[in-house]
Amino acid sequence: MSELSELYQEVILDHNKQPRNYRKLEGANHHAEGYNPLCGDQITVYLKMDGDKIEDVSFVGSGCAISKASSSMMTGAVKGKTKAEAEAVFEKFHQMVTGKPGTPAPENIGKLAVFSGVCEFPSRVKCASLAWHTLRSAMEGRDETISTEAEEAGDDAHPRR
Amino acid sequence: MSQPATHNLPNAAPAPLGWDVRRIRGDFPILRETVQGKPLVYLDNAASSQKPRSVIDRVQRYYERENANIHRGVHLLSEKATEEYEHARSKLQHFINAKEAREIVFVRGATEAINLVAMTYGLKNFKAGDEILITNLEHHSNIVPWQMLCERTGAILKVVPINDAGELLLDEFEKLLTEKTKIVAVNHVSNGLGTINPIKWIIDKAHAKGVLVLIDGAQSVPHLKVDVQALDCDFFVFSGHKLFGPTGIGVLYAKAALLEAMPPYQGGGDMISAVTFEKTTYNVIPYKFEAGTPNIAGTIGLGAAVDYLNSICFGGAAAYEHELLEYGTGLLSEIPGLRIVGTAKEKASVLSFVMGEIHPHDIGTVLDLEGVAIRTGHHCNMPLMKRLGLPATARASMAFYNTKEELDVLARALRKVIEVFG
Repeated sequence: MSELSELYQEVILDHNKQPRNYRKLEGANHHAEGYNPLCGDQITVYLKMDGDKIEDVSFVGSGCAISKASSSMMTGAVKGKTKAEAEAVFEKFHQMVTGKPGTPAPENIGKLAVFSGVCEFPSRVKCASLAWHTLRSAMEGRDETISTEAEEAGDDAHPRR
Repeated sequence: MSQPATHNLPNAAPAPLGWDVRRIRGDFPILRETVQGKPLVYLDNAASSQKPRSVIDRVQRYYERENANIHRGVHLLSEKATEEYEHARSKLQHFINAKEAREIVFVRGATEAINLVAMTYGLKNFKAGDEILITNLEHHSNIVPWQMLCERTGAILKVVPINDAGELLLDEFEKLLTEKTKIVAVNHVSNGLGTINPIKWIIDKAHAKGVLVLIDGAQSVPHLKVDVQALDCDFFVFSGHKLFGPTGIGVLYAKAALLEAMPPYQGGGDMISAVTFEKTTYNVIPYKFEAGTPNIAGTIGLGAAVDYLNSICFGGAAAYEHELLEYGTGLLSEIPGLRIVGTAKEKASVLSFVMGEIHPHDIGTVLDLEGVAIRTGHHCNMPLMKRLGLPATARASMAFYNTKEELDVLARALRKVIEVFG
């Protein structure tokens, strides 16, 4: 597989064209905005939390194929999970996209493995992780806009290579 | 409204009969590199240009054979380094035709030069209600230092609007230029769109009202011959690394009388003539503005870049680049769904574009895998992007070593983008 098709796998292209859960969520009780000032990517994540459980999740926004597909697939990956479970998926996802190229995708990451090619492209790591940082912000109930240039997300800037 | 005089326009130069681009390319070692297994097609010159062998060798020779601090020792190496450093100053003086070498202040780059002017001249002379006039085309480096100055002094930032082609609305400029205006700060060439601004006309209009003008020449000096005396600008700033020289070195040109009256920017060694605990007497210009050990290697390297430009008859570059621009504009216009952003009548060799719903970062990544380096994003032009209603653009920016064949590679790679995302 060429590097190009490894990064832009069919699944990613599909989610880019037809993002899932792309809407403002009626009855959302949490939301957060995410912004990547380097690309201009901008998303809002909506959550309907039932206690600790993510009952429903959606997003709207604009961005590159990687960020859009990542947002779309994030919603699929965390729906029905608890906060702690979603955090654990993010942790694995983050390890994968900032890891050494060639490292096999972590176990139990499921469909999100299609983003394993991102680690070959350090400048695109932030595109892939924006949705997840925004999800975390929404789960924590913070109402400020998170930025990939802020400290919290700063470790994306130096992927381990 | 009187029409701006056409000044320094690329198409005003004679046809580039003798531009031997093959020979020129041979002078730039990096152009032989491969990227992603493909020959490098470097089209990100507005971000930073490549360096000729002579510049690389000059910096190396300085470190291997001449390295010492300047303006200090009596030993031979220090004298040699001082001589080379000051020689570079005189090369830069002649390059932009400044009246005197002491009007050339070495700084880190255009950004530092603008900060220097804002925080010395501006802080000393501006008060609440004074106006600073910039344009919608400015790079963040010609916006933020003035905003910081406004915060400190209560001065007000005014912005000249543009039309959809990316040209300044000159009648609006004339309306915004009032008795409250203290300085006009405008770029010569827009980094985001390539628009060449009619700076001579702007300078004359401003001077007629007694207003000083700072020209951000970061994007113009690599393309156009600049004569600061003919322009009569008060300040002119540019960066070395976009001018085929090293990073971390740049130039603030200012008229000597202005520099004389400005307070120092930073304190330290070299910028003083005498220090006691009671009082310090500052050094003469330009040293008053060059505190601490400067970027000696970078300065000497920048001098070598100017030598190189002189050796290749730099005057012919603008006409050749204009040919590239026209060729590239034609190629890109044929690509379905591609829209060129920035269609000013007077343009430097910059092609900013968008491709429908395809995000510029995805374009950039596909191109990178084809060996083509372009810039994607907001280009440190966030207010400009907002005005254009775009989050970002893709930008191919050419230098005199680029070729039509490279633009063919670009066009092919863009068709591949459509294959993937179309």
